[in-house]
Amino acid sequence: MLSHIARRVLQSFGVLAVMSLLVFAGVYAVGNPMDILVNPQSDQIEIARATAALGLDRPLLEQYFIFIKHAATGDLGRSFAFNVPAIGLILERMPATLELATAAMLIAVLLGIPLGLWAGLKPRSGAGKTIMASSILGFSLPTFWVGLMLILVFSVWLGWLPTSGRGPTVNLFGIPVSFLSLEGLRHLVLPAANLALFNLSLVIRLTRSGTREAIGQDYVRFARAKGLTETRIVGVHVLRNVLVPVVTVVGVEFGSVIAFAVVTESIFAWPGMGKLLIDSINVLDRPVIVGYLCIVVALFVAINLFVDLLYSWLDPRVRLGEAA
Amino acid sequence: MRRLLRILVAASIPWALPAQGADLRIGLAADVTSMDPHFLNLAPNINIAWHVFDALTHVDEDARLIPGLAVSWRTIDSTTWEFKLRRGVRFHDGAELTAEDVVFSIERTLKVPNGQLGIFTRRIVAKEIVDPATLRLKTAAPYAMVPYDLNSVSIVSRKAAVRSGPEDFDSGKAMIGTGPFRFVRFARGDRVELARNDGYWGAQGGKSAAWEKVTFRIVPTDPARLAGLLSGELDAIEQVPTADLPRIRRDARLQTAQKVSWRTIFFHLDQRRDQAPGLTDKAGRSLAGNPFRDIRVRRALSKAINRQAIAERLMDGAAIPAANLVSPPVFGHASDLKPEPYDPEGAKRLLAEAGYPDGFAMTLSATSNRYVNDEQIAQAVAQMLARVGVRARVEALPVSAYLPKGAKGEFAFAMLGWGSFSGDLALRSLVATANADKGFGAFNWSGYSNPRIDELLERAFASVDEKQREALARDAMRLAMRDYAVIPLHHQVTTWAMRKPLAYAPRTDEFTFAHHFRAQ
Repeated sequence: MLSHIARRVLQSFGVLAVMSLLVFAGVYAVGNPMDILVNPQSDQIEIARATAALGLDRPLLEQYFIFIKHAATGDLGRSFAFNVPAIGLILERMPATLELATAAMLIAVLLGIPLGLWAGLKPRSGAGKTIMASSILGFSLPTFWVGLMLILVFSVWLGWLPTSGRGPTVNLFGIPVSFLSLEGLRHLVLPAANLALFNLSLVIRLTRSGTREAIGQDYVRFARAKGLTETRIVGVHVLRNVLVPVVTVVGVEFGSVIAFAVVTESIFAWPGMGKLLIDSINVLDRPVIVGYLCIVVALFVAINLFVDLLYSWLDPRVRLGEAA
Repeated sequence: MRRLLRILVAASIPWALPAQGADLRIGLAADVTSMDPHFLNLAPNINIAWHVFDALTHVDEDARLIPGLAVSWRTIDSTTWEFKLRRGVRFHDGAELTAEDVVFSIERTLKVPNGQLGIFTRRIVAKEIVDPATLRLKTAAPYAMVPYDLNSVSIVSRKAAVRSGPEDFDSGKAMIGTGPFRFVRFARGDRVELARNDGYWGAQGGKSAAWEKVTFRIVPTDPARLAGLLSGELDAIEQVPTADLPRIRRDARLQTAQKVSWRTIFFHLDQRRDQAPGLTDKAGRSLAGNPFRDIRVRRALSKAINRQAIAERLMDGAAIPAANLVSPPVFGHASDLKPEPYDPEGAKRLLAEAGYPDGFAMTLSATSNRYVNDEQIAQAVAQMLARVGVRARVEALPVSAYLPKGAKGEFAFAMLGWGSFSGDLALRSLVATANADKGFGAFNWSGYSNPRIDELLERAFASVDEKQREALARDAMRLAMRDYAVIPLHHQVTTWAMRKPLAYAPRTDEFTFAHHFRAQ
């Protein structure tokens, strides 16, 4: 078990090194950030001065080694656009994204599993068919459009919920969160629902097909023959087997939701990391782009590790650390 | 069902009312990156800075210079400027503004790590405090732009800022200015909150603003910003997309304010090289020379563009056809120049005369996310050019890829937008012969060079008499435009939208100032 974790951590360092070099070279190839950030009234001397001050006039490899040297001490550089340390900037935005992603995944799981079970147990009922038809919509409608429609209906027409922004935050263990106040919750509902939609559909479909498969298995028939209650059959025997694929997918999707909540964050002006990434790409703010992707890679590695551990708990046949 | 709907609508009304009392909530279109007024010269940052800070000189709605913290300024000799400071101005912490604060602020622009405002102060070689209300600034050579440059230098409190870094401005510790609003809170990527400064010098007995509390919400997505206004969550928004203008005008609860912006859209035509990049005949063979070096070709392309149609249809009226590199209210605008009339037949004749009866093929480069409707404009211009036989393939790039490519001279025919305080400044950056020592031609992507324009510009920057300088700037503008150094397209018109009964005094410099909103 321990060796498994150690190997994963080592692998992730390799991934980080390769990824940072790629991003570094990519941003370098696009051009000099000073051409974008520079004051339009500037002359050539001023542009050269600003470029040199940030070390952007040096060869690519030299810039990269300077970056690695600083990164080793935990310093990813100062943002060109915000003039504050990149890592602090990203961490400052992280709670907002984590909160949004968690809320979205909670909606997806807490609604998706019961709905999927229902559709799986009663596939021919009207409710079952409606659930499946709606889940196709959830897959196929673009997030951007759905977000705008949610705003139009719930904010502009009905006026129930705010159109955008994060609303007031309350500090929970020093981390600002918005789900603890009514006003904060009202701001959270629409973006979370928008972000949840795709994964909700995914969870519904996974749960349904898992349920359909499990319901015909011998152990379920045997349980029925033993006279177990329907609640126990579904709640324990079916659900536990259905959960294995769902956990895998939810784990991977949680990572993507955190890393790429960009569209939702942009539409709802949610001050999270995704919006920061897009803004930073627009001005080639390299310290923030590299820092952001490093953190995302680290997050993915952590989530995958967690999913593996959860696996071995759900399915005793899975043993970590053995030949795989 | 109908009844249910009616209940829903009734229930929604409390949310749809504008803010009660003295609160104002404004939706901004671009992210504010830092509160430090001496860091980047980005419009969203400056917009906030000018609520909290003042500069020695201000600009009015037409982008003309007016007194700010300085009541008057004059030249003592050709290289010395004397500024008389306004008396009795107090910072938000109660301390009185002194010449030391001004000197400190000027020096700080050069010291902020990675700061970019040094361009406005580097020419000042000596500062002398004659008395607490008089300041003399010396330049090495005669330089007319000192009062203009100082408009970009926010005056901060020396006491509050002397030991402060950028983080102290973001947290508010160092955000002590003399402006109409006090800083309350900056939530990065989300909002900036301000409160009225009741001791504001500009209030002159009355209130500096109708609003006790102002919240700037950062909502870069256009539909979301408009939705915020429609739902009553925002009282006013800036940069209304042109496509939404008809809809807003139909809404009885809303009104708009429009003004020609200082931003002019134009095309650079590569005249630097014998072969312009990517220019071929229609069969793909390279051309014998660079057609853009022939004024007949440049003129023909200008004639081929129907500016009126673009302004009216594509921009929904939010553009004015241009014949200048600066818009009508701006210093140095030559109003005798008239927009090139649309004349496709004339364009064809000129092309034939120049030896291109069959036209040629080229790439039309443009941004895809910088200027209002930039990509659509590029497509429209390409179609217009096709009518006179020039086949233009549109290549639209995000601004982060576009500007570095342009700086490297990779474009043959490229769209750019420019906002300037004055005609001579615009010409200096865009048209003057590139010369790093003089600071000329930093964005002269076309490689155009005309010694007579350069000479007029040098004389303009050296003349401290405003009338003489404006005459020189206009002469230079006429020369550049008659020579088709670049092809001007239009001046953008900026639109603000707000809930009635709010009204806004719109500005050419596109800034959104809370203190210029009034409840009618």
